[in-house]
Parts: sequence; C-alpha cells; structure tokens
Amino acid sequence: MLAVMLLGSINYANSMGFVLTFLLGSLAVVSILHTWRNLARLTVSAGKSTPVFAGQDARFEVCLNNPGGIARHAIGLRAGDASGEFADVPPHQAACLTFTRRAEKRGLLQAPSFTLFTTFPLGLFRAWTHLDLDMRCLVYPRPAPEALPLPLARAEAGSGRSHGEGQEDFSGLRTWHSGDSLRQVAWKAVAREQGMLTKQFAGEAQQEVWLDWDTLAGPDTEARLSRLTRWVLDADAATQRYGLRLPGCSLAPGMGDEHRRQCLEALARFGL
Amino acid sequence: MSNLAWLLASLALAIAPHLGHVPLWTGPLCLALGLWRLAVEHGKTKLPKKWLLFGLTAAITAAILGHFHTLLGRDAGVTLLVAMIALKLLEMKSPRDTMVLIFLGYFLVIAGFLYSQSIPMALYLLLVVWVTTTTMIGYNDVKYGLAVRPRLRLRLAGTLLVQAVPLMLVLFVLFPRVPQLWGLPKDAHAGMTGLSDSMSPGTISELIRSDAIAFRVRFDGAPPQPTARYWRGPVLWDYDGRSWSTRTPTEGGAPQVELLGEALRYTLTLEPHNQRWLFALELPAALPPGSRAGTDMQILAQAPVRQRVRYSLASHTRYRLGAEPGASEQQRALRLPAQANPRAQALAARWRSAHANPSAIVDEALGMFRNQLFFYTLSPPLLGQQAVDDFLFGTRRGFCEHYAGAFVFLMRAAGVPARVVTGYQGGAMNPLGDYLIVRQSDAHAWAEVWLAGQGWVRIDPTAAVSPDRIESGIAAALPEAELPFAMTQLNLDWLQRARMSWDMLNNNWNQWVLGYGQEQQRSFLSRFHASLASWQGMAIAMGTGLAVLLLGIALWMLWHAPRRGTDPVQAAYRTFCIRLARRGISRALHEGPADFALRAAQLRPDLAAQIGHITQCYIGLRYGRQHDAVRALRQAVRRFRP
Repeated sequence: MLAVMLLGSINYANSMGFVLTFLLGSLAVVSILHTWRNLARLTVSAGKSTPVFAGQDARFEVCLNNPGGIARHAIGLRAGDASGEFADVPPHQAACLTFTRRAEKRGLLQAPSFTLFTTFPLGLFRAWTHLDLDMRCLVYPRPAPEALPLPLARAEAGSGRSHGEGQEDFSGLRTWHSGDSLRQVAWKAVAREQGMLTKQFAGEAQQEVWLDWDTLAGPDTEARLSRLTRWVLDADAATQRYGLRLPGCSLAPGMGDEHRRQCLEALARFGL
Repeated sequence: MSNLAWLLASLALAIAPHLGHVPLWTGPLCLALGLWRLAVEHGKTKLPKKWLLFGLTAAITAAILGHFHTLLGRDAGVTLLVAMIALKLLEMKSPRDTMVLIFLGYFLVIAGFLYSQSIPMALYLLLVVWVTTTTMIGYNDVKYGLAVRPRLRLRLAGTLLVQAVPLMLVLFVLFPRVPQLWGLPKDAHAGMTGLSDSMSPGTISELIRSDAIAFRVRFDGAPPQPTARYWRGPVLWDYDGRSWSTRTPTEGGAPQVELLGEALRYTLTLEPHNQRWLFALELPAALPPGSRAGTDMQILAQAPVRQRVRYSLASHTRYRLGAEPGASEQQRALRLPAQANPRAQALAARWRSAHANPSAIVDEALGMFRNQLFFYTLSPPLLGQQAVDDFLFGTRRGFCEHYAGAFVFLMRAAGVPARVVTGYQGGAMNPLGDYLIVRQSDAHAWAEVWLAGQGWVRIDPTAAVSPDRIESGIAAALPEAELPFAMTQLNLDWLQRARMSWDMLNNNWNQWVLGYGQEQQRSFLSRFHASLASWQGMAIAMGTGLAVLLLGIALWMLWHAPRRGTDPVQAAYRTFCIRLARRGISRALHEGPADFALRAAQLRPDLAAQIGHITQCYIGLRYGRQHDAVRALRQAVRRFRP
C-alpha cells in the first residue's frame, strides 16, 4: 500500500502525499519497536498444573511477570494448533495464561513447547518467542467406565452403596487434621468459632476397604489400574475409609482429599 | 465507544473532505451502509448475502460510470474508493478485512491531498490519521476484551505518531525526488483559476471576485511604484466582434527589446493555473528557464503550469519593444471584423481624418474616456450584438476589459496598430514577509499601440477612467457596495494584519513544504554538503539518519520507563517482597499475598508480626475499602529490615 502511495505522490509531485506516505511508513517502523517492547523483558515462569485423569485435557499455566513500569497488552500464547489465549500484564504485576494438552497416558505429562507472541499495537508486525519450560502435569489413570461394587462391600456387607447411610449415624466431633474430607467438616461449629472439627460417624472404623491389585484378575496392567482408580474415586465419594495395595507399595486405609491424592498418584506413577 | 464505532467515525472523517467532489448520492449511500453495519453489530439485522453485495457493487460501479463516463481519473477514482469502503463494511468479517478498511481509510486521506494541500487541510488530515491509528490499536487490543481505555489508546497513537515524525522528516528531506512517472488523468488539475486565453466582457470581472493568489514576488531591492506594476500575461490579437483571443501565436523570432534604466531583480512564485503562460513585470531582460516568447513578449512555458513554479528575473520598467515590427504583425494589429460596431468605426474615421499623428488619436480616445461620463464598475449592464457601440454610446459602464477592448477597437479602426494585453496590475506588499502578493482580484487588461519610433507603447485606458485603480488598487477604485466580500474587510487593521500573517505562513508553507521538488531539494541539500546533491549521497544520508533515529527511539523507549502512574501501594509492597527475597524468601508467582505471608511467617517467626501487619495493610488497600492506610503501609515497609 505504501508503495502505491509513494508512486502516487511521485507522479502527482504531491508534497503532502510524500509527507503522509513517509509518516505512515515511519509509523509502521516505530510500531516494530513498540511491538518488540511489548514482549521484551517479560519474565516467564511455570505456574501450577492440577493433576488430571488420562483422556482429559491437562492445563498448564504460564505466568508472565512484568518487571517494568509499562503495561503490556494483548500478549498471546499459542501451543500446537490451539487458538491463542491473550492477557494484559499491568506494570509490576503478573498475569497467567493457560494452555491445554490432551493427556493420553497416565504418568507425568511434559508440557509441549509454546509460543508467546504479540502484534500490539498496530497489528502490522508480530514479535514472538518460542519457549520450552520444564512443566509437568501428573496424569492419573483413566477411571474404568463402569461402576463395579467396591471389593470389600461385595465381600462383607453386600452393598457398598448402603454405607452412605453410615453418614447419618453421627457419633461425635474430633479436631480436623489435614487429609480429612472437607465434606465432613462441621461447618456449623466453624461458624460458632469452635475451630475446624470433623464429624465422625458410627461404624466408619469398621467399614474399611482394601483396594488390592491382587484381587483383580487379568494381564492388562492399565485395565487393572483403571479399575483401582475407579474404586478410589467411588470409595472417596462414599466417604469410606480405604487402603490401596499395589505390588511394592501399600497405602494404609484413610480418607479425605490428601489420601485420595496419594492413592491416585501411586496409581499414576505405578511402574513408571 | 466500541471498535466499530471508532472505525466508522474514522472512515467518516476521512470521507468528509471528499463529499464536495463526489456525486451527491455518495454521502447518503455511505451513511446507509454504515448504519446497516451498525445494526448488524447490534444484532438487528444480518450482513447481506453474496449476491446482494455483488449486485450493489455492480450498481454502484455503473452509477459512477454513468456520472463520470470513466472509472479512471481523480474524481471517479475517489468516488470508487469511497463506495468500495462503504461496501467493504458489509463484507467485513475477519481482522484482515478490518485492516484492509483501515488502509483504505489512509488511502482516502492521501487522496484528500490531491485536492488541497493547504495548512488547515493538512492539520485536519493529520487528525484523521491520528483517529484512524487509534482505531487500529483498538482492533489489535480490545478484540480480546482487554482494557486499554480510549484515552490511553489515543495517547499511544499520539506517541507512535510523534515518534514517527523525525523519521518522516528525514525521509521527506532526503528521499530523492524524481520527475513525474506517467501522465496524469485529465481532471487532475481541475478547479484552478487564472486568466484565460480569451477576453470578452465579463471574463475579468468574474475573475476578480476570486481572492485566490496568482503569484507572489520577492524583490531584491525596493519594489517598483504601484503604477509601474504591470505583470504581463497573454497578449490578445484577434477580435471576432465579441471576444479577444490569440488563435495562432505570433511567429517566432526573438522579440526586439531595448531595455532602458535600472533593472529590478525579483523572484516570482507562480501558483498553478493550468495554462502555459508565465507572468513577468514589464519587461523582463531574459526569459525564465525553459520558456519561450514570441515577438509580442508573451512568455510561454513548455507545458501548462500545474505545479507551483518559481523563477528569478530582472525586469526594466522602461523599455522599447518591437521598434520595427514585421508587415504581417502590423497587419494583424489592424484587423477588425468589417461589419462590427459601425458607430465606433465612424468615430475612429473622424479622428483619423482630423489627426495625422497616431499619438494624437490615442490622446483623443483617452480624453474621451477621461472627460465624458464613463464609469468604472464591476457589474456593468449587459451589452448587445454591437458590444463596443453599446458600451461607448450607450451604457458607458464597464470594467477594464470593456475599456481595453473598446480602446483597441477604436485604435485599429483609426489605423493605429493596437493589441490587448492581459495580466495583473498592482499587488499588495506583505509588510511582515516583505513580498508582494498578487491575487486574481488584481487581474487587469490594458492596451498596446504601436507608434513609430517608440515601438509598442502601453496605454491603459482604465487609468483614464479611474486613476485610483492603477495607483491604489482595485479596492480603492470600486464603490464600496460593489466590492467582493473578501475585499470589504480590508479596512479593519487587525484583520489585515492577520490576513498578512496568514499569507506569510502560507507562503513559507508553499515555498518550503509544498514546493519541495527536485530543484529545491538539490539546492537545499547542497547548502550542507556538495555530495548531498546526488541521489547516492541522499540515499546514504537517509539510511544513516534513519538508523540513528531508530536507535535513539529504541534506547529512549528502553530507558524511559514511565515512573508516573506507578501505584504507591504496589511499589511499597514490591519493596517488601524484594527485602524478603534478599533473605531467601521469594514470593512465587502463583502465591497470593496471604499465602505468602503465612509461609514467610513460618520461615521467619521473628518477623511474623511485621509481615502480618504489612500484608494486612496491603490487602486492605488493594482489595478492601481502606484507602487511608497508604501512609501506614509505607512506614511499615520502611521500617521492615529483615
């Protein structure tokens, strides 16, 4: 376009045409500097990534920290073919961008390399950088699709589901410690400023299940891990105390988010 | 204001100056299509289907063809551009389309300069560029829902433009100018005013209503007396009973000029008038470069003057021209249509038999104008078929072309060779800029008669009727009620001063900015260094200049981080974090202030109270409603020395 403008200006010997053509050309050149500065000196660091199950999208967080006094606008992040996500980073602040990657296999998923780019302010030029941060996301095994009864429930009480009723046999309160499910926190007590207390239910102590690798038949390791994963989730949902036994690794019965996390991690890392 | 609103506004601003020279329907069409697009944005209607858009495009193209009979040329091209912009609005989907529209907007701005390059126009179009650039920033930012406020966007666009200006100046001064590349469309120079190649009653009185500048003259010494300021233009030989013209130019051969007295040196800057003739004070010693003149000293350029030209001349106000004209020239200067104006012819015949001496005949005619009741007026009554008879014996009211025409007619009828000369007479000195401004309103016509031994002698019959016209200018000679509007105001002193200052500004603008062509570039640059006069020199200087400037801007941008606008709360908290980091406790990016305080307090129980206080202040200021704790926070941070 500038070339056409220039030719026109020359042909018409139009001084203001020259002025405008050169002004726009200079504007474009100056915008290169602005685009470059918009990206330059941003510090990039890996953010948290929450574990996911195989088959889900793993989310990786990239944090952009702006050490300078100039706001950065429309910084985009693109990984693979996914369409980009954009963020502004105000002066002396940080902003986080996320990108996802399909988690196909259990274990540790290494984040792919990604591109940070910007075309701000004029969209004529693009500043970019390829980055490869050491970011990993723990991928739990894919839970088996069909719900089988929990192993102990099948062996002793006949119905794992019926244990849900055990929650109603309230027996008392004890102080909360980490690992207890938030679902069992006595929120009313919290509201009365009695501190974090965990509700205890009668019969819980007896209702322990062991999720055991060896009780499962079949040569397929992944299928067995899937089944165990499913059980961990089911037992957790039923607020049942459960232990996990894998070859070379055993987790004592327990319950709560932390216990669930430990079990799932053990399953995810099994054999890897 | 949404991005679309910005886009529509900047396009409207770019289209506005063109509304005067595009067909009348273009404005409403743009408005309608713009409103359509706005309705689409608000979900009230949909974008047109492809076939409809195609039909519209075809219809508009046909309408433009119907109006201009071409799609080429300046006016048709601009109309097409405006229409295409309006249509593109209805086709705009991707960011790419938006950019195309914005570029077309810039294109309209540059097209605006084809019509006017005046200072107000340049300022207006600069404003349009600013707004358009702001729009462009908006599209590269807020389409992602980000928050750059319009004011910030305007400021950023302004910053970009201000930074672009030095680069632009380097390019403008040093980019080698080359002559025109190809022919221009016919209408490229429409609308220029100036003397035409023929004169009939009314042509000059029309012209003098125009306030436009004809040319400006800077004298090396003192300017000549007003009565000597005759600027010679077209010389008209042939009379057809109605109008004077020159059907065939006088045959070549150097004019016989004998120059007397002192030479007056001056530089004349002629505004483009789309005709070939050049003007010079009577009578120049040499011709401007590239021009030629016939024996009648009508100076012609090689091509119509379509750009401002500047030439330096030396003129002598006393001279003898064409002491021995050829026989054909003599004959031509006596030719009249046989049947025209019998009463005037009869009068001339009486003079001829009464006086043997041609100069006595001249005096007779001038005496008639002076002593009988003739009026000098800008709005003379209409004349009939025998125009000279009607004028001399009927209306007796006329303007310079009536007097000059009638006078030359009488002279020829009386056997004295005579011709009409048109040009300008007078001009006003600009006391501020020390130069003479000659406007179209100074247009004038006079006569030349050939007298044996004296050659062609200038006779101005208007001076006989209205001496004021020659001595004090047109404004003094005409009755107040007849003056064109622009002239009536001249009485006000301050207005006159303002007008003169404005003209001086315009003159400098014309000379230095608009007139910066190949010649001026060379002479200007060679003042600094001889090597700059060649295009290689210019290219090297241009490259160096650009590189240095770019580097300068880049460095400035790097070192000049704005301190202003930094939030004091943020700054204090940052100091706090930095001090902790020095002790090995650095805040992770994903860590909120509360989490960080907890962790830090665990690591350094001795500082827990301070950390807690600072964090509490910070969170309160940042997210809560305590706005009075800034001082407390800053004090606490100042005292915090882990």
